Amino acid sequence: MKGRPGLRDAAMAILALIVVLAIPLLHRSPAFEDFIIRLSAMALFATSLNLLVGNTGMVSFGHGLFYGLGAYAFALTMQMTDLPLPAAAVVAVLVTAFGALGVGAICVRLSTDYFAFITLAVQMLFYSIIISWQSLTGGDQGLRGGIPRREIFGFELASQLHLYQFCAVIAVFGLLALRHITASPFGQTLRMIRDNESRASFLGIVMWRARLIAFTIAGAFAGLGGVLAALFVSGAYPELADWPNSGQAIFAVMLGGINSFLGPVLGAMILLALNDVVTRFTEYHGLVLGMVILAFALGLRRGVLDFLRLAWPGHLK
Amino acid sequence: MKLEIKNLTKTFGGVRAIDDISLHFPSGSLSAVIGPNGAGKSTFFNLISGAFAADSGEVLLDGRNILRLSKTERMHRGIGRAFQVASCFPTMTVAENLMASVTAHLGRWGNLACRFPPPGVRERADTVMELVGLTQVANVRAAILSHGDQKLLDIAIALALEPKVLLLDEPTAGMGPEERWRMIERVRALWEQQKLTLVFIEHDMDIVFKVASTIRVLCYGRVLAEGTPDEIRSNPAVIEAYLGTEADAA
Repeated sequence: MKGRPGLRDAAMAILALIVVLAIPLLHRSPAFEDFIIRLSAMALFATSLNLLVGNTGMVSFGHGLFYGLGAYAFALTMQMTDLPLPAAAVVAVLVTAFGALGVGAICVRLSTDYFAFITLAVQMLFYSIIISWQSLTGGDQGLRGGIPRREIFGFELASQLHLYQFCAVIAVFGLLALRHITASPFGQTLRMIRDNESRASFLGIVMWRARLIAFTIAGAFAGLGGVLAALFVSGAYPELADWPNSGQAIFAVMLGGINSFLGPVLGAMILLALNDVVTRFTEYHGLVLGMVILAFALGLRRGVLDFLRLAWPGHLK
Repeated sequence: MKLEIKNLTKTFGGVRAIDDISLHFPSGSLSAVIGPNGAGKSTFFNLISGAFAADSGEVLLDGRNILRLSKTERMHRGIGRAFQVASCFPTMTVAENLMASVTAHLGRWGNLACRFPPPGVRERADTVMELVGLTQVANVRAAILSHGDQKLLDIAIALALEPKVLLLDEPTAGMGPEERWRMIERVRALWEQQKLTLVFIEHDMDIVFKVASTIRVLCYGRVLAEGTPDEIRSNPAVIEAYLGTEADAA
């Protein structure tokens, strides 16, 4: 806790990255690598949502819009231009950030309930645009033709191992950046807004501006997750921007714990693992998933990591 | 700083909550505002601090009208306030409450570059904690503080913004008799040390008559009387409208 918490976080991130990168060198498992690739996208998606839900108390039901926007912006940039992959990723994240700025400008002044509804409505609008604008997006078939796999720094992303490494690096650094944001004075400002909006406004915090910045940052990081998702599926599909996908992120946040920074990552892990295991045994995986979520909600009354932190205070950050 | 109110008026849907009030609080004074429930005391504070927009009138801080300024600008000019129901940030510790408030006051709430707290903020927060006597509970979450400590934290947050004029809305609300006196003694000490112009709303008449140097009595949005404790105690209109009914009730 004391001293240089920033350095400690960075050290933990590097350590985690080394472990994840070392695993395929010891043992190759396509299923595990697939899992980590999907987890990187989902972890960024869910953790960025938690910047709104857990940190600021803004429950957005439309976060999938930015995940989908990131995926489409990236895939289209790769298909339509000769930009190298990192540049296309930056373009995609910028497009998503501007998208979030625009949507946020409409939404963030609304009270909690209306904010949730309007974010959902804007997402459905975006989904409809994807479906109808067939010439650009391929409509409900998704963006076909794949993503040109250009080599970057000797990385060949058509290889699963290289894709795995790329996604792990992006996800860890993305999470580290989000961690820094939540630990910054601005992150503290978001908690003030969540705790006591009226007092925060008496202290000189401009409510709509703080919310809009948070919404834009969260959208940008969801877009980064979308970039990874597009790489994984080698294209972009309307499902990425559909509302059940927003629901998945909310589930991940609730399952893992909204008050712990790594809660949504853990939630994403649980959710993906459940999906993988349950779909092997039954086609009614939604039913099983629902029961698990109910068990968590009614049994623990909070996310797993929040629960553990309460059970062993002081041992877990 | 002296605070002057001139012809302040506020209506809520036809009801004159504040009806042409003019009052003068000299620099460094310690004044109480009293009056029956619904007299407009809290509304009066809300108009001065900028939580509500007044219909007409003037609020002069050292001669400059601040009535058209936002509550943030008024805060920067030196108006601080604490609330009737303690208003703090429940999931944060006492120290975090104050550090976050100082950070916001310095205009650095949007800072993304450094870690919280920014340099220099912790020292200021420590000073304020010592001032109000919350140092022992610095690392306790505000939500689990005692009621009295929550009220102190609310005042501490106001003090963290270095106010010149401090408005306290019932600092002793909800406290037992002994705790009340401890609280008001602390408020008095703060007033002396910090050379504040302090105005407080209070229902406990023993406290009011003992502590305040001047008293303003509000009733139905108007100033019923003002003066020293002795003048107020013997004012027939006040006895009729307020003190008398208190005695009847008791």
